[in-house]
Amino acid sequence: MLIGSLLLGIGALLGLSVLALLVGGRHWGTPLIYAAGLALSLGLLALAGAALLRDGPAQTLVLPLGLPWIGMHFRLDALAAFFLVVVNLGGAGACLYGIGYGRHAAEPLRVLPFVPAFLAGMNLVPLADDAFTFLVAWEFMSLASWVLVVAEHRGADNVEAGYIYLAMAALGTFALLLAFGLLAGPAGGYAFASMRAAHVTPLVAAAVLGLVLFGAGAKAGLVPLHVWLPRAHPVAPSHVSALMSGVMTKVAIYAVIRIVFDLLGPPVWWWGIVVMGFGGASALMGILYALFETDLKRVLAYSTIENVGFVFVGLGLALAFRADGMAAAAALALTAALLHVLNHALLKSLLFYGAGAVLGASGIRDMERMGGLIHRMPVTAVAVLGGAIGLSALPPFNAFVSEWLTFQAILLSPALPQWGLKLLVPAVGALLALAAALAATCFVRLYGIVFLGRPRSDAAAGAHETDPFSAAAMLIFAGLALLLGVVPGFALDALGAPVAAVLGVHMPAELRLPWLSIAPLAASRGTYNGLLVCLFIAGSAALVAAAIRLFAPRRTTRGPAWDCGFPDPSPALQYSAAGFAEPIRRVFGPTLFRSRTSVRMPPPGETRPARLVVHSHDLIWETLYAPVAGLVAAASTRLNVMQFLTIRRYLSLVFAVLVILLLVLALWR
Amino acid sequence: MALIRDVAAQGAQMLLVVGAAPLATGFLRKCKARLTRRRGAPVLQPYRDLLRLLRKDVVLAENASWLFRAAPYLVFAATWVAAALVPTFGSGLLFSWSADLIAIVALLGSARFFLALAGMDVGTAFGGIGASREMMIGSLAEPAMLMIIFSLALLAGSTQLSLIAAYMQSSAVGLRVTLGLALAALLMVAIAESGRIPVDNPATHLELTMVHEAMVLEYSGRHLALIELTAWLKLLLYLSLIACVFVPWGVAPPGSGLLAHVAGAGLYAGKIALACALLAVFEMTIAKMRVFRVPNFLGAALMLGFLGAMLLFVSRII
Repeated sequence: MLIGSLLLGIGALLGLSVLALLVGGRHWGTPLIYAAGLALSLGLLALAGAALLRDGPAQTLVLPLGLPWIGMHFRLDALAAFFLVVVNLGGAGACLYGIGYGRHAAEPLRVLPFVPAFLAGMNLVPLADDAFTFLVAWEFMSLASWVLVVAEHRGADNVEAGYIYLAMAALGTFALLLAFGLLAGPAGGYAFASMRAAHVTPLVAAAVLGLVLFGAGAKAGLVPLHVWLPRAHPVAPSHVSALMSGVMTKVAIYAVIRIVFDLLGPPVWWWGIVVMGFGGASALMGILYALFETDLKRVLAYSTIENVGFVFVGLGLALAFRADGMAAAAALALTAALLHVLNHALLKSLLFYGAGAVLGASGIRDMERMGGLIHRMPVTAVAVLGGAIGLSALPPFNAFVSEWLTFQAILLSPALPQWGLKLLVPAVGALLALAAALAATCFVRLYGIVFLGRPRSDAAAGAHETDPFSAAAMLIFAGLALLLGVVPGFALDALGAPVAAVLGVHMPAELRLPWLSIAPLAASRGTYNGLLVCLFIAGSAALVAAAIRLFAPRRTTRGPAWDCGFPDPSPALQYSAAGFAEPIRRVFGPTLFRSRTSVRMPPPGETRPARLVVHSHDLIWETLYAPVAGLVAAASTRLNVMQFLTIRRYLSLVFAVLVILLLVLALWR
Repeated sequence: MALIRDVAAQGAQMLLVVGAAPLATGFLRKCKARLTRRRGAPVLQPYRDLLRLLRKDVVLAENASWLFRAAPYLVFAATWVAAALVPTFGSGLLFSWSADLIAIVALLGSARFFLALAGMDVGTAFGGIGASREMMIGSLAEPAMLMIIFSLALLAGSTQLSLIAAYMQSSAVGLRVTLGLALAALLMVAIAESGRIPVDNPATHLELTMVHEAMVLEYSGRHLALIELTAWLKLLLYLSLIACVFVPWGVAPPGSGLLAHVAGAGLYAGKIALACALLAVFEMTIAKMRVFRVPNFLGAALMLGFLGAMLLFVSRII
C-alpha cells in the first residue's frame, strides 16, 4: 500500500538523522548522509508521484502511536500526494546539492542530523489526518528548521533571526491549535473526518479562517506576518534556505488549502476578499522589499513572499468562485495556484543553490561586492539565468504559465455577483501585473550585479566554479523549470486529481489539444503554446544567425570598452545594486517606505566628496512589531525583580496566588 | 490547400514586419525632418544603415561574456515572433493560437530582460544607467499594458489577438468609454515602450538623457544592426497593434481570398504611414521630459487602463 510505504520512508528518514548523529563527525559522513537522503527522497518522490497519478479513493491508515485514545491517523489523497511530490522534489534537490555543498559546513553535526528530520517533518504534514498528528508534524518541521537556522550561531544576525523565528512559529502553531479546537467543537472530534462532517456556524468559520491565515500564513510569509522569513531563511545553510523558502512555505500553503477548502465546509464570498487582499499586498510588498535589499539571499527570501502572494491570490479567487457556484472558474484558479506552488518550489530552490554556490566560491553575500561571476562560474551562471527568467515570470519558463492562468482566472471574475469582489479583483489584477513586472526588474538587477559586469571586490575576482554535485542539482532544476514551461499540459493534467479532490471538478484535459497547447477554458478564450513559442524563438534566432554568417561574415575583435569615450578602469564606477533600484525607490519609496533622500554637497572649492544618504523605514515592522516587542521588553524588565526575592517573599507570593485562585474558583461556582 | 494558404499568409506576415520596420522608421524620420524644414535623409536610409553596420567588424569590449553576444539574436527573435503574431493585413494568422496578447507582451518582456542584462554585461556606468531606467519604464508600462489587455479581453471575450481584432471589426462593438480610456493608455504605453519622445529620444547624443541608447552603447557591427532593427520592429509592432485593435477596417478576415489580403496590405501601409506622420507631428510639438517624470506619465497610463477595466468589471450584467 502506498501510504504504508510512504510512512516507512519517513521512518527511514528519521532513522537517517539518528545515524547522522553517530557518523556526522567523520569526513565521509556528510556525503554518506546526503546520498542516503537523496535516495530516500527519490523513493518517496516516486511513491508520491504514483499516488498522484493513481485513480481511486484516498488511502487511510491508523497507527497506535501518540495519544492512547486517539492514535495517529494518516490519509493519502491526491492533494496530499501533490504536496508530497513538491516536498520530495525539493528534498532530493537539496540532498544532491548537499553532497557537494555540505563540506562548507564548519560544524557538520549542527546541520547533518536535522536535514533528514526536517524532510521527515515536511513529509508528515500532508499525510496527517487528525489535528494531533498534524500539529506534531508541523511543530517537528518548525523546530527542525529552527535548529538549522541557528546552525551557524556565531553571528548576531543568526541569533536574532532564530529568536524571531521561534516566536513567530510558536504563535503560528498556537493559532492553528485554536483553529483545530474550534473545528473540533465541544465534542472534541479531532480526526479530520469528523471535522469534515461537522458543520460550524458562520462566526466560528470566520474565526477559523482568521486563525489559519495567521498560523499558516505566518509560516508561508504572508505580509504582514512575514518579518521572520527574510531574517531566518537566508542565515541557514543554502540548501536548507532552499528547503525553507522553496518547500516549507508550500507546506504552509497545503495547510491553508486543507483546512479552508476541505475541512471548513462551503466558503462565504468575502473569504475570497480577505485571502486575495493579503495575497496582493504580499506580492507587491515582497517584491519591493526584494528590490531595495542588497543581501543576495535576502533578496531571494523577499521574492518568496511575492510568490506566496501570487499563490494566495489564486486561492482567494478559487474561494470566491466556489462560493458563487462557478466550479470551472474555481478549478482554473486553484490549478493556477497549485502550478505556481510547483514552479516556485523549483525556481526558488534553484536560485538558493546558486546563491550558495556564489557564497561558497567567494564567501560574500553582499551584492555590492560581487560582479563578473559569469566568467568565473559559467555553469552556475547558466543555471541561475534560467531561474532568474523563470521567477521574472517570462516565457518560455514555467512561472509565466501559472501567472498566465491566474490572469485568465481574473478575466472570469466580472461574472461574480458581489460588488466587493467586482471592485477588488481588478485592483488585485493590477497589483499582480505590477508585481510581476517589478520581479523582472528585481532579477535583472540580481543577475546583472552578481554575474555580469566587472568584479567589485577581490573575493569576487578570485571566485571559482562550484562542485559537480551542486552544479548538477542546479542544472537539473533549471531543466525541469524550462520543461514545465515548454510543455505545461502534462503538469496541468496531473493537477486534475488534486483539484478535483478539493473542489470536485477539475480543468478540462489539456493533452488532447494539438501541438501540446493549453487552453484553460474554451480555445476561443485564449491559448498558449510554450513549445511553439520556444521553437519559434530558437528558430528565428538561428535563422538570423545563419543569415548573418552566410552573407555578412565579419571579424570580431576585442578592444577596451567604449563607454562614450570615457572608460574608467575602476569597477566602482559601475552601477551598484542600490543605484539600480533607485528609480523604483523614487516611485514607491516616499509612500510605502517613507524614504527620504538627502544630498550633502560640499561648498564650491572644497574637495570633500558629496554624500547622498537615503533614509527609509520598514513601516510594517515599526507600526506592528516594534510596539509589541517594546511592550514585552518593558514587562520583562518589570518582572525581573521577581528573580531576586527572598525565600520568605516567594512563599508568601505562592500563598497569595493560591488564595486568589481559590477565591476565583469559589466565585465562579 | 487551405494550409498552404495559411502558411503563406503567416510567412508573408513575418517577412512583411521585418521588411517594413526600417521603412516605417525612415518615413517617420523624413516626416520629422520636413516638419523642421530640413530635407532629411532619404526614406530608405535605415536600410543603408543596416547594410553599413553589417559590413563592419564587431569590436567587443574586453570582458564581454557570451551573454552579450547572444543577446542581440535572442532579443531580435523574441521581438520578431511577437511582431509576427500581431495581425497586419489579415487576421487569420496560422500560429495566432500559440500566443495570446498576454504572451505577446510577455515576449517583449523577455526581450527587454535580455537587453537590460546585455547593458550590464560590460560593466560600464552608461550600460547600468540605461538598464536601470529601461527596467523602471518597463515595470510601469507592463502593468498598464495588462490593464488594457484586460479591458479588450473582457469586451471581446478572449485574450486571443486575432479574435479581439475580429470583434473590433464586427458590429457588436459600439462607442464605449472603456475603449477610449484603453486607447489613451495604449498610446502612452506605446510611446514609452518604443522609446519615443517624450519618454526617450532615439536621436539623442546627450549621454545623461539616454535610456535605450545608453543600454546598447557597447554594441557595434552586426550586433548593433540587429539591435537597431529590433527597436524599429518594436515601434512597428505597437503601431500595428493600435491599428489592428482600434482601426481594424480593411484587415482581411480569416479564409478570405488573395484580393482581400492585397487590399488589407494596402490599407495597412496607409494606416502605418498615417500613424508615423501623426507621431512625427506629436514629437515635434512636445519636449522630452525628465526621466523622473516618466513614472507620472506611465502612472497616468496605468490609471487610465485600470479605470477602463474597472468600468467593465462593475458594468457587467450577468
